Amino acid sequence: MTGTYNTKSAGETISHALLFGGTLRRGDVVALYGDLGSGKTQFVKGVCLAYNITTPVTSPSFVILNRYEGRDKKNDELFVYHFDLYRVKSTAELYDLGYEELLQNNGICLIEWAEMLGGLLPERRYDVRLSLGDNENERLIEISGPDKK
Amino acid sequence: MTILGIETSCDETSAAVYKDGRLLSNATVVQLFHSQHGGVVPELASRAHLKLIIPIVDDALKDAGVEKESIDAVAAVNGPGLIGSILVGLSFGKAMAMGLEIPFIGINHMEAHIFSNLINEPKPSFPFLNLTVSGGHTQLVLVRNYFQYELLGETIDDAAGEAFDKVAKMLGIGYPGGSQIDKLAKEGNPKAIAFPRPYLAEGSHQFSFSGLKTSVLYYLRKIGFDKTSVNDSRFIADVCASFQAAVVDVLIDKLIKAAVKYKVKDISVSGGVSANSELRRRLKLEAKANNFDLFIPELSFCTDNGAMVAAAGYERLRHGFTSSLEITAEPNLQL
Repeated sequence: MTGTYNTKSAGETISHALLFGGTLRRGDVVALYGDLGSGKTQFVKGVCLAYNITTPVTSPSFVILNRYEGRDKKNDELFVYHFDLYRVKSTAELYDLGYEELLQNNGICLIEWAEMLGGLLPERRYDVRLSLGDNENERLIEISGPDKK
Repeated sequence: MTILGIETSCDETSAAVYKDGRLLSNATVVQLFHSQHGGVVPELASRAHLKLIIPIVDDALKDAGVEKESIDAVAAVNGPGLIGSILVGLSFGKAMAMGLEIPFIGINHMEAHIFSNLINEPKPSFPFLNLTVSGGHTQLVLVRNYFQYELLGETIDDAAGEAFDKVAKMLGIGYPGGSQIDKLAKEGNPKAIAFPRPYLAEGSHQFSFSGLKTSVLYYLRKIGFDKTSVNDSRFIADVCASFQAAVVDVLIDKLIKAAVKYKVKDISVSGGVSANSELRRRLKLEAKANNFDLFIPELSFCTDNGAMVAAAGYERLRHGFTSSLEITAEPNLQL
Protein backbone atom coordinates (compact mmCIF):
# COMPACT_ATOMS: atom_id res chain seq x y z
CA MET A 1 0.00 0.00 0.00
CA THR A 2 2.91 2.36 -0.52
CA GLY A 3 2.55 5.15 -3.06
CA THR A 4 0.86 8.49 -3.46
CA TYR A 5 -2.86 9.06 -3.08
CA ASN A 6 -5.18 12.02 -3.49
CA THR A 7 -8.25 12.04 -1.30
CA LYS A 8 -11.25 14.35 -1.63
CA SER A 9 -12.71 14.10 1.86
CA ALA A 10 -11.92 13.05 5.42
CA GLY A 11 -13.97 9.93 4.68
CA GLU A 12 -11.69 9.02 1.76
CA THR A 13 -8.62 9.58 3.91
CA ILE A 14 -10.08 7.20 6.50
CA SER A 15 -10.87 4.59 3.79
CA HIS A 16 -7.30 4.67 2.46
CA ALA A 17 -5.96 4.39 5.98
CA LEU A 18 -8.24 1.41 6.63
CA LEU A 19 -6.82 -0.41 3.59
CA PHE A 20 -3.28 0.49 4.67
CA GLY A 21 -4.04 -0.61 8.24
CA GLY A 22 -5.05 -4.02 6.95
CA THR A 23 -1.56 -4.57 5.53
CA LEU A 24 0.26 -3.85 8.80
CA ARG A 25 1.77 -6.52 11.01
CA ARG A 26 2.46 -6.71 14.72
CA GLY A 27 5.47 -4.63 15.71
CA ASP A 28 5.05 -2.20 12.80
CA VAL A 29 5.77 1.47 13.42
CA VAL A 30 4.08 4.16 11.33
CA ALA A 31 5.52 7.67 11.42
CA LEU A 32 3.01 10.38 10.45
CA TYR A 33 4.10 13.79 9.20
CA GLY A 34 1.98 16.81 8.29
CA ASP A 35 0.89 20.23 9.46
CA LEU A 36 -1.90 21.08 11.87
CA GLY A 37 -5.18 20.06 10.23
CA SER A 38 -3.60 17.86 7.54
CA GLY A 39 -5.53 14.78 8.64
CA LYS A 40 -3.08 12.78 10.77
CA THR A 41 -5.69 11.89 13.40
CA GLN A 42 -8.20 10.99 10.65
CA PHE A 43 -5.59 8.63 9.19
CA VAL A 44 -5.10 7.00 12.60
CA LYS A 45 -8.89 6.58 12.88
CA GLY A 46 -8.83 4.64 9.60
CA VAL A 47 -5.98 2.36 10.67
CA CYS A 48 -7.83 1.62 13.92
CA LEU A 49 -10.91 0.57 11.94
CA ALA A 50 -8.83 -2.29 10.53
CA TYR A 51 -8.48 -3.67 14.07
CA ASN A 52 -12.11 -3.41 15.20
CA ILE A 53 -11.32 -0.71 17.74
CA THR A 54 -14.59 0.52 19.17
CA THR A 55 -13.40 3.12 21.69
CA PRO A 56 -13.28 6.67 20.28
CA VAL A 57 -10.02 7.53 18.53
CA THR A 58 -9.37 11.12 19.52
CA SER A 59 -6.45 13.49 19.31
CA PRO A 60 -3.89 12.68 22.04
CA SER A 61 -2.26 16.14 21.81
CA PHE A 62 -3.10 16.63 25.48
CA VAL A 63 -2.14 13.22 26.89
CA ILE A 64 0.65 12.50 24.34
CA LEU A 65 -0.28 8.80 24.14
CA ASN A 66 -3.54 6.89 23.71
CA ARG A 67 -3.74 3.10 23.80
CA TYR A 68 -6.57 1.32 22.00
CA GLU A 69 -7.51 -2.32 22.41
CA GLY A 70 -8.30 -4.10 19.16
CA ARG A 71 -8.33 -7.49 17.48
CA ASP A 72 -6.14 -8.83 14.70
CA LYS A 73 -7.35 -11.04 11.82
CA LYS A 74 -7.16 -14.13 14.02
CA ASN A 75 -9.30 -12.30 16.59
CA ASP A 76 -6.36 -12.14 19.02
CA GLU A 77 -5.96 -9.07 21.22
CA LEU A 78 -3.80 -6.33 19.71
CA PHE A 79 -2.92 -2.90 21.09
CA VAL A 80 -2.59 0.17 18.93
CA TYR A 81 -0.46 2.93 20.47
CA HIS A 82 -1.32 6.40 19.21
CA PHE A 83 1.40 8.95 19.98
CA ASP A 84 1.07 12.68 19.40
CA LEU A 85 4.35 14.50 19.92
CA TYR A 86 2.90 17.94 19.09
CA ARG A 87 3.67 19.37 22.52
CA VAL A 88 6.91 17.51 23.08
CA LYS A 89 10.01 19.64 22.62
CA SER A 90 12.87 17.31 23.41
CA THR A 91 13.32 13.56 23.18
CA ALA A 92 14.48 13.49 26.81
CA GLU A 93 10.86 14.24 27.69
CA LEU A 94 9.67 10.96 26.21
CA TYR A 95 11.39 8.55 28.57
CA ASP A 96 8.53 8.95 31.06
CA LEU A 97 6.17 7.46 28.54
CA GLY A 98 8.22 4.31 28.17
CA TYR A 99 8.16 4.86 24.42
CA GLU A 100 11.15 2.58 23.76
CA GLU A 101 9.35 -0.47 25.08
CA LEU A 102 6.22 0.41 23.14
CA LEU A 103 8.14 0.75 19.86
CA GLN A 104 9.50 -2.75 20.34
CA ASN A 105 6.43 -4.61 21.54
CA ASN A 106 4.01 -6.62 19.46
CA GLY A 107 1.35 -3.99 18.97
CA ILE A 108 1.18 -1.30 16.32
CA CYS A 109 2.60 2.19 16.90
CA LEU A 110 1.25 5.23 15.08
CA ILE A 111 3.21 8.41 15.74
CA GLU A 112 1.91 11.90 14.91
CA TRP A 113 4.57 14.65 14.66
CA ALA A 114 7.12 11.83 14.30
CA GLU A 115 9.88 14.26 13.25
CA MET A 116 10.23 14.94 16.98
CA LEU A 117 11.85 11.52 17.46
CA GLY A 118 14.49 12.11 14.76
CA GLY A 119 17.16 9.42 14.91
CA LEU A 120 15.26 7.59 17.66
CA LEU A 121 12.71 6.37 15.11
CA PRO A 122 13.33 2.73 14.20
CA GLU A 123 14.96 2.17 10.80
CA ARG A 124 12.25 -0.22 9.74
CA ARG A 125 9.08 1.80 9.61
CA TYR A 126 6.42 3.25 7.37
CA ASP A 127 6.46 6.97 6.67
CA VAL A 128 3.12 8.61 5.94
CA ARG A 129 3.21 12.23 4.79
CA LEU A 130 -0.02 14.20 4.64
CA SER A 131 -0.38 17.59 3.04
CA LEU A 132 -3.18 19.99 2.23
CA GLY A 133 -4.77 20.07 -1.21
CA ASP A 134 -6.13 23.18 -2.92
CA ASN A 135 -9.64 22.63 -1.65
CA GLU A 136 -10.58 22.43 2.00
CA ASN A 137 -11.18 18.68 2.13
CA GLU A 138 -8.50 17.49 -0.30
CA ARG A 139 -5.37 15.80 0.98
CA LEU A 140 -2.24 14.31 -0.56
CA ILE A 141 -1.05 11.14 1.16
CA GLU A 142 2.40 9.70 0.48
CA ILE A 143 3.20 6.32 2.00
CA SER A 144 6.68 4.79 1.92
CA GLY A 145 8.52 1.97 3.66
CA PRO A 146 9.07 -0.21 5.45
CA ASP A 147 12.18 -1.66 3.79
CA LYS A 148 13.43 0.97 1.36
CA LYS A 149 15.33 3.22 3.75
CA MET B 1 -14.86 13.95 58.24
CA THR B 2 -11.76 15.59 56.76
CA ILE B 3 -10.44 14.79 53.28
CA LEU B 4 -7.18 15.79 51.62
CA GLY B 5 -7.58 15.98 47.82
CA ILE B 6 -4.64 15.92 45.38
CA GLU B 7 -4.66 16.78 41.67
CA THR B 8 -1.60 16.39 39.40
CA SER B 9 -3.08 15.02 36.16
CA CYS B 10 -1.73 17.78 33.93
CA ASP B 11 0.08 21.05 34.61
CA GLU B 12 -1.46 22.14 37.91
CA THR B 13 -0.10 20.84 41.19
CA SER B 14 -2.95 21.30 43.63
CA ALA B 15 -4.10 20.09 47.05
CA ALA B 16 -7.15 20.96 49.11
CA VAL B 17 -8.78 20.15 52.43
CA TYR B 18 -12.52 19.52 52.58
CA LYS B 19 -14.27 18.98 55.89
CA ASP B 20 -17.92 18.09 56.55
CA GLY B 21 -19.20 19.60 53.33
CA ARG B 22 -17.04 22.71 53.52
CA LEU B 23 -13.86 23.64 51.65
CA LEU B 24 -11.15 24.75 54.09
CA SER B 25 -8.28 25.32 51.65
CA ASN B 26 -7.24 24.98 48.02
CA ALA B 27 -3.56 25.49 47.18
CA THR B 28 -2.60 25.46 43.49
CA VAL B 29 0.54 26.13 41.51
CA VAL B 30 0.20 26.41 37.75
CA GLN B 31 3.38 25.56 35.91
CA LEU B 32 3.55 28.75 33.92
CA PHE B 33 6.93 27.99 32.42
CA HIS B 34 5.07 25.76 30.00
CA SER B 35 4.17 28.80 28.01
CA GLN B 36 7.71 29.04 26.62
CA HIS B 37 7.16 25.70 24.96
CA GLY B 38 3.72 26.37 23.49
CA GLY B 39 2.01 23.70 25.52
CA VAL B 40 2.22 21.18 28.31
CA VAL B 41 5.50 19.30 28.35
CA PRO B 42 5.08 15.96 30.10
CA GLU B 43 8.55 15.41 31.47
CA LEU B 44 8.84 18.97 32.73
CA ALA B 45 5.39 18.61 34.24
CA SER B 46 6.16 15.45 36.20
CA ARG B 47 9.48 16.83 37.47
CA ALA B 48 7.79 20.01 38.60
CA HIS B 49 5.03 18.02 40.31
CA LEU B 50 7.74 16.13 42.22
CA LYS B 51 9.25 19.37 43.48
CA LEU B 52 5.91 20.96 44.32
CA ILE B 53 3.82 18.18 45.78
CA ILE B 54 5.14 18.33 49.36
CA PRO B 55 5.07 22.15 49.71
CA ILE B 56 1.59 22.30 48.15
CA VAL B 57 0.18 19.64 50.49
CA ASP B 58 1.81 21.45 53.43
CA ASP B 59 0.23 24.73 52.28
CA ALA B 60 -3.21 23.14 51.95
CA LEU B 61 -2.99 21.70 55.48
CA LYS B 62 -1.64 24.94 56.95
CA ASP B 63 -4.26 27.14 55.20
CA ALA B 64 -6.96 24.80 56.51
CA GLY B 65 -5.52 24.81 60.04
CA VAL B 66 -5.53 21.02 60.00
CA GLU B 67 -2.85 18.63 61.29
CA LYS B 68 -2.21 15.67 59.01
CA GLU B 69 -3.07 13.31 61.89
CA SER B 70 -6.67 14.54 61.82
CA ILE B 71 -7.26 13.68 58.12
CA ASP B 72 -9.73 10.83 57.62
CA ALA B 73 -8.81 9.93 54.04
CA VAL B 74 -6.61 10.99 51.12
CA ALA B 75 -8.09 11.30 47.62
CA ALA B 76 -6.01 11.68 44.44
CA VAL B 77 -6.66 11.52 40.71
CA ASN B 78 -5.69 8.25 39.00
CA GLY B 79 -6.62 9.25 35.43
CA PRO B 80 -7.20 10.31 32.73
CA GLY B 81 -4.20 12.57 32.02
CA LEU B 82 -0.44 12.49 31.48
CA ILE B 83 0.91 9.24 32.90
CA GLY B 84 4.06 10.70 34.51
CA SER B 85 2.11 13.56 36.06
CA ILE B 86 -0.72 11.41 37.42
CA LEU B 87 1.79 9.04 39.01
CA VAL B 88 3.29 11.78 41.18
CA GLY B 89 0.05 12.78 42.93
CA LEU B 90 -1.30 9.24 43.00
CA SER B 91 1.85 7.69 44.49
CA PHE B 92 2.20 10.51 46.99
CA GLY B 93 -1.45 10.18 48.02
CA LYS B 94 -1.26 6.42 48.42
CA ALA B 95 1.95 6.64 50.45
CA MET B 96 0.49 9.30 52.71
CA ALA B 97 -2.67 7.24 53.31
CA MET B 98 -0.55 4.17 54.03
CA GLY B 99 1.68 6.07 56.45
CA LEU B 100 -1.27 7.58 58.30
CA GLU B 101 -3.17 4.26 58.19
CA ILE B 102 -6.26 5.90 56.70
CA PRO B 103 -8.28 5.04 53.57
CA PHE B 104 -7.18 6.08 50.09
CA ILE B 105 -9.66 7.06 47.38
CA GLY B 106 -8.72 7.13 43.67
CA ILE B 107 -10.72 9.74 41.79
CA ASN B 108 -11.50 9.91 38.09
CA HIS B 109 -10.44 13.34 36.84
CA MET B 110 -13.68 13.66 34.82
CA GLU B 111 -15.76 12.91 37.92
CA ALA B 112 -13.75 15.55 39.77
CA HIS B 113 -14.63 18.17 37.14
CA ILE B 114 -18.33 17.42 37.68
CA PHE B 115 -17.72 17.94 41.42
CA SER B 116 -16.35 21.43 40.78
CA ASN B 117 -20.01 22.51 40.95
CA LEU B 118 -20.62 20.47 44.13
CA ILE B 119 -17.91 22.05 46.30
CA ASN B 120 -19.91 24.96 47.72
CA GLU B 121 -23.57 25.99 47.87
CA PRO B 122 -25.57 26.59 45.79
CA LYS B 123 -25.25 23.14 44.21
CA PRO B 124 -27.24 21.65 41.32
CA SER B 125 -29.90 19.08 42.26
CA PHE B 126 -29.94 15.58 40.79
CA PRO B 127 -30.49 14.80 38.04
CA PHE B 128 -28.48 17.51 36.27
CA LEU B 129 -26.60 17.83 33.03
CA ASN B 130 -22.93 18.75 33.07
CA LEU B 131 -20.68 19.85 30.22
CA THR B 132 -16.95 19.52 30.90
CA VAL B 133 -14.84 21.48 28.42
CA SER B 134 -11.07 21.67 28.76
CA GLY B 135 -7.81 21.26 26.85
CA GLY B 136 -8.08 17.51 26.84
CA HIS B 137 -11.79 16.83 27.19
CA THR B 138 -15.25 17.70 25.94
CA GLN B 139 -17.92 15.60 27.65
CA LEU B 140 -21.65 15.94 28.11
CA VAL B 141 -22.74 13.89 31.11
CA LEU B 142 -26.14 13.24 32.67
CA VAL B 143 -25.53 13.10 36.43
CA ARG B 144 -28.41 11.04 37.83
CA ASN B 145 -27.10 10.87 41.38
CA TYR B 146 -23.79 10.68 43.20
CA PHE B 147 -21.47 8.45 41.10
CA GLN B 148 -24.25 7.65 38.61
CA TYR B 149 -23.06 9.08 35.35
CA GLU B 150 -24.36 8.62 31.87
CA LEU B 151 -21.93 9.82 29.22
CA LEU B 152 -24.21 11.26 26.54
CA GLY B 153 -21.51 12.52 24.21
CA GLU B 154 -17.88 13.50 23.87
CA THR B 155 -15.53 14.74 21.21
CA ILE B 156 -14.79 12.41 18.32
CA ASP B 157 -11.52 14.20 17.51
CA ASP B 158 -10.14 17.37 19.19
CA ALA B 159 -11.26 18.75 22.55
CA ALA B 160 -12.71 22.28 22.58
CA GLY B 161 -9.75 23.68 24.52
CA GLU B 162 -7.32 21.98 22.16
CA ALA B 163 -9.00 23.74 19.21
CA PHE B 164 -8.49 27.05 21.07
CA ASP B 165 -4.80 26.24 21.63
CA LYS B 166 -4.18 25.19 18.03
CA VAL B 167 -5.97 28.17 16.49
CA ALA B 168 -3.97 30.46 18.81
CA LYS B 169 -0.82 28.76 17.54
CA MET B 170 -1.85 29.31 13.89
CA LEU B 171 -2.38 32.99 14.71
CA GLY B 172 0.90 33.18 16.62
CA ILE B 173 -0.74 34.74 19.68
CA GLY B 174 0.81 32.60 22.40
CA TYR B 175 -0.12 30.17 25.14
CA PRO B 176 -2.44 29.52 26.89
CA GLY B 177 -4.44 29.88 23.69
CA GLY B 178 -7.83 29.89 25.40
CA SER B 179 -7.32 33.02 27.46
CA GLN B 180 -5.49 34.83 24.60
CA ILE B 181 -8.39 34.21 22.19
CA ASP B 182 -10.90 35.20 24.89
CA LYS B 183 -9.05 38.50 25.41
CA LEU B 184 -8.54 39.36 21.73
CA ALA B 185 -12.08 38.32 20.75
CA LYS B 186 -13.51 41.10 22.91
CA GLU B 187 -12.22 43.59 20.30
CA GLY B 188 -13.38 41.55 17.29
CA ASN B 189 -16.55 40.99 15.31
CA PRO B 190 -17.96 37.49 15.87
CA LYS B 191 -19.82 37.70 12.54
CA ALA B 192 -16.80 38.76 10.49
CA ILE B 193 -16.07 35.25 9.22
CA ALA B 194 -18.69 32.51 8.90
CA PHE B 195 -16.78 29.52 10.26
CA PRO B 196 -18.77 26.27 10.22
CA ARG B 197 -20.70 25.08 13.28
CA PRO B 198 -19.94 21.36 13.60
CA TYR B 199 -23.28 20.04 14.90
CA LEU B 200 -22.85 16.54 13.37
CA ALA B 201 -26.05 14.49 12.95
CA GLU B 202 -29.41 15.87 14.09
CA GLY B 203 -29.84 15.08 17.78
CA SER B 204 -26.23 13.94 18.20
CA HIS B 205 -24.61 14.64 21.56
CA GLN B 206 -21.12 14.12 20.13
CA PHE B 207 -18.70 16.96 19.44
CA SER B 208 -16.11 17.54 16.70
CA PHE B 209 -13.72 20.49 16.56
CA SER B 210 -11.09 19.18 14.15
CA GLY B 211 -12.98 20.37 11.04
CA LEU B 212 -13.47 23.84 12.52
CA LYS B 213 -9.72 24.02 13.22
CA THR B 214 -9.04 23.07 9.58
CA SER B 215 -11.50 25.73 8.36
CA VAL B 216 -9.58 28.38 10.26
CA LEU B 217 -6.36 27.03 8.75
CA TYR B 218 -7.74 27.21 5.19
CA TYR B 219 -9.15 30.65 5.80
CA LEU B 220 -5.75 31.94 6.97
CA ARG B 221 -4.07 30.27 4.01
CA LYS B 222 -6.54 31.80 1.56
CA ILE B 223 -5.94 35.26 3.01
CA GLY B 224 -2.17 34.72 2.90
CA PHE B 225 -1.79 35.19 6.65
CA ASP B 226 1.77 34.97 7.94
CA LYS B 227 2.04 34.66 11.71
CA THR B 228 5.69 35.68 11.72
CA SER B 229 5.12 39.12 10.18
CA VAL B 230 3.55 42.17 11.78
CA ASN B 231 -0.18 41.64 11.57
CA ASP B 232 -3.34 43.66 11.57
CA SER B 233 -4.64 43.33 15.12
CA ARG B 234 -8.18 44.06 13.93
CA PHE B 235 -7.99 41.04 11.61
CA ILE B 236 -6.68 38.75 14.35
CA ALA B 237 -9.41 39.96 16.71
CA ASP B 238 -12.07 39.17 14.09
CA VAL B 239 -10.69 35.65 13.54
CA CYS B 240 -10.63 35.07 17.32
CA ALA B 241 -14.18 36.38 17.81
CA SER B 242 -15.57 34.43 14.84
CA PHE B 243 -13.85 31.17 15.83
CA GLN B 244 -14.90 31.56 19.46
CA ALA B 245 -18.51 32.24 18.41
CA ALA B 246 -18.55 28.99 16.42
CA VAL B 247 -17.31 26.95 19.41
CA VAL B 248 -19.67 28.65 21.87
CA ASP B 249 -22.69 28.21 19.55
CA VAL B 250 -22.09 24.46 19.31
CA LEU B 251 -21.41 23.93 23.02
CA ILE B 252 -24.52 25.82 24.07
CA ASP B 253 -26.78 24.30 21.43
CA LYS B 254 -25.83 20.77 22.45
CA LEU B 255 -26.07 21.46 26.17
CA ILE B 256 -29.53 23.07 25.93
CA LYS B 257 -30.93 20.44 23.53
CA ALA B 258 -29.77 17.61 25.78
CA ALA B 259 -31.16 19.37 28.86
CA VAL B 260 -34.58 19.63 27.17
CA LYS B 261 -34.45 16.02 26.00
CA TYR B 262 -33.53 14.62 29.41
CA LYS B 263 -35.91 16.98 31.23
CA VAL B 264 -33.42 18.25 33.80
CA LYS B 265 -33.92 21.52 35.66
CA ASP B 266 -30.29 22.22 36.45
CA ILE B 267 -27.35 22.49 34.05
CA SER B 268 -23.68 23.00 34.82
CA VAL B 269 -20.37 23.50 33.05
CA SER B 270 -16.84 22.75 34.22
CA GLY B 271 -13.26 22.55 32.97
CA GLY B 272 -10.78 25.18 31.82
CA VAL B 273 -12.90 26.42 28.89
CA SER B 274 -15.73 27.21 31.31
CA ALA B 275 -13.56 30.18 32.33
CA ASN B 276 -14.14 31.64 28.83
CA SER B 277 -16.01 34.92 29.33
CA GLU B 278 -18.10 34.68 26.15
CA LEU B 279 -19.20 31.13 27.00
CA ARG B 280 -20.20 32.26 30.50
CA ARG B 281 -22.09 35.29 29.18
CA ARG B 282 -24.01 33.33 26.54
CA LEU B 283 -24.75 30.46 28.94
CA LYS B 284 -26.37 32.83 31.40
CA LEU B 285 -28.60 34.27 28.67
CA GLU B 286 -29.57 30.88 27.22
CA ALA B 287 -30.19 29.26 30.59
CA LYS B 288 -32.49 32.11 31.57
CA ALA B 289 -34.33 32.03 28.24
CA ASN B 290 -34.92 28.28 28.63
CA ASN B 291 -35.70 28.30 32.38
CA PHE B 292 -32.74 26.25 33.51
CA ASP B 293 -30.80 26.94 36.67
CA LEU B 294 -27.18 27.34 35.61
CA PHE B 295 -24.15 26.44 37.71
CA ILE B 296 -20.70 27.66 36.70
CA PRO B 297 -17.71 27.10 38.98
CA GLU B 298 -15.82 30.08 40.29
CA LEU B 299 -12.68 30.68 38.23
CA SER B 300 -10.29 28.87 40.59
CA PHE B 301 -12.38 25.69 40.21
CA CYS B 302 -12.56 25.80 36.38
CA THR B 303 -8.98 24.75 35.78
CA ASP B 304 -7.63 21.64 37.49
CA ASN B 305 -7.74 21.95 41.27
CA GLY B 306 -7.53 19.88 44.43
CA ALA B 307 -10.85 21.19 45.78
CA MET B 308 -12.95 19.25 43.25
CA VAL B 309 -10.94 16.09 44.02
CA ALA B 310 -11.37 16.57 47.77
CA ALA B 311 -15.14 17.17 47.36
CA ALA B 312 -15.48 14.00 45.24
CA GLY B 313 -13.39 12.06 47.78
CA TYR B 314 -15.56 13.34 50.62
CA GLU B 315 -18.77 12.08 48.99
CA ARG B 316 -17.14 8.77 48.04
CA LEU B 317 -16.01 8.17 51.61
CA ARG B 318 -19.38 9.22 53.00
CA HIS B 319 -21.03 6.64 50.71
CA GLY B 320 -18.56 3.96 51.78
CA PHE B 321 -16.36 3.84 48.67
CA THR B 322 -12.61 3.58 49.12
CA SER B 323 -9.86 2.26 46.83
CA SER B 324 -7.28 -0.44 47.22
CA LEU B 325 -3.65 0.73 47.41
CA GLU B 326 -3.12 -1.44 44.33
CA ILE B 327 -4.90 1.19 42.22
CA THR B 328 -2.76 2.32 39.28
CA ALA B 329 -2.54 5.38 37.02
CA GLU B 330 -4.72 5.02 33.94
CA PRO B 331 -4.03 7.67 31.30
CA ASN B 332 -7.11 6.64 29.26
CA LEU B 333 -9.48 6.14 32.23
CA GLN B 334 -13.14 6.46 31.17
CA LEU B 335 -15.90 7.95 33.28
